[in-house]
Amino acid sequence: MPGPTPVPTPETAPYWEGAAAGELRIQQCTSCTEYYFYPRPFCPRCGSDAVEWRVTSGRATLISYVINHRTFPPSDAPLVIALVQLAEGPHMMTNVVGVEPLPENLPLDLPLRVTFEQRGEYAIPMFTPAEAAR
Amino acid sequence: MSTTSMHGGGIAIVGASETTDIGSLPGISTLDLHAQAARNALADAGLTVKDVDGVATAGPFAHEVSHHLGITPRWLDGTMVGGCSFMLHVRHAAAAIAAGAADVVLVTHGESGRSRVGVGGRGPNPASPQGQFEAVYGANTPYSTFTVPALRFLHERGLEREALAQVVVAQRAWAVDNPRASRRTPTTVEAVLEQPPIAWPFSKDMCCVVTDGGGALVLMSSERAADLPSADRAVHLLGSGESAEAPMVSQMADPGSFRAFRLASAEALATAGITHADVDHLMAYDAFAHLPLYMLEDLGFVGRGESRDFIAEGNTGKGGALPMNTNGGGLSYTHTGMYGMFAIQEAVRQLRGEAVVQVPGIETSFVQGVGMFFAAAGSLVLGNRRP
Repeated sequence: MPGPTPVPTPETAPYWEGAAAGELRIQQCTSCTEYYFYPRPFCPRCGSDAVEWRVTSGRATLISYVINHRTFPPSDAPLVIALVQLAEGPHMMTNVVGVEPLPENLPLDLPLRVTFEQRGEYAIPMFTPAEAAR
Repeated sequence: MSTTSMHGGGIAIVGASETTDIGSLPGISTLDLHAQAARNALADAGLTVKDVDGVATAGPFAHEVSHHLGITPRWLDGTMVGGCSFMLHVRHAAAAIAAGAADVVLVTHGESGRSRVGVGGRGPNPASPQGQFEAVYGANTPYSTFTVPALRFLHERGLEREALAQVVVAQRAWAVDNPRASRRTPTTVEAVLEQPPIAWPFSKDMCCVVTDGGGALVLMSSERAADLPSADRAVHLLGSGESAEAPMVSQMADPGSFRAFRLASAEALATAGITHADVDHLMAYDAFAHLPLYMLEDLGFVGRGESRDFIAEGNTGKGGALPMNTNGGGLSYTHTGMYGMFAIQEAVRQLRGEAVVQVPGIETSFVQGVGMFFAAAGSLVLGNRRP
């Protein structure tokens, strides 16, 4: 069963357009060089509105997670709901996929790379262990 | 930052009550849980709705509650930051009373969290940042979202999942003798760890109960409170603080420590003019078992990494140095969805000497709330002596 889909706003549309194109795009402030997430038309660190979209490396590390056994809506498959840190710095929520959802497979600081799950017209950025074969 | 107190020890809680029953109440709507708690709290104070000129609440709008009760308000506060909204309401009411903007303020909570009577839909707006960037990943329930940072907290301190179970066991020991508590069977660390996971590393008893119920508070100036028949039961607001960080768990600056706990609690202690050593009793909002660990460390009652041992060695239990969550907490007593009101109620009962499981000699209680997962925090310092 496909999961929920987002409802983009004008400020977040470039993120979702990037995902549909197979790219994880976030914004960078050209005044203070800060990469940040989620999308906003100004830098949350220095307040500058000189910000630009960048394509990230797609690399991240596993900061923390839960393995949800009581998903809503109900599903038989446990879901890894994870907090990851992008190589560019920002944190984001995601799912870790392409690996059996067991604690022994998910040590903290595990290197990850982005992948995308298609849901209708949207592609949802997710992550998978970096060493896993494509 | 100025931490000059707007309270000056001059504001008192003169009425406090929960709904007559808590637990499973399918016959009462959310709005009427507010009303029942409000009427109980006013009766506790020896006052009526005609005495009230200020109303604060979260959930329903403040004007809905005030109209429902037949109050003509000249002050309203609908601050909504989840389960710690009531800590902020007490703080805001104190400022309003001190400024002359209200004389008698009613703070209400009611929630049909279990039976869902008269309750709206669940889940965030799908166009909000939470909707677009967290809910799409199934981070759409408290147990699958609020819990996400816990493994990082444990990992950074060299702790295991067992630390979460220690919290459950300590809380349960308080609930065993409390007939109003939902979970009263004594348990062990091993038993908690062996339960099937809800959202690993959290097992069922590491997650709060889900109940129906409510509570309300009545506040006025300590000067005026001295004239009430219930004057000797007045509980005084000594200090308070509030703060917020991100509305999304994923955007906490540090998943292993919550900035809003640090800031709100520091301001509460500073405005009260006390130190940790002056605190006799702690209510630490425990929707999930990791929260008392964060709070003990972020509030500064213990050093970094010391929270697990502090609890496991019995310091938060009966006869301990810092009795904590003496009603059994959200993990064992009750949790309607916004537990903060119940944490305040237990602090008031302990300070009045009227708790079901009373700890002797409590003069100062610290109440720490959290709201909207790791989004907001509210802290209160309450005392049973007018400073």
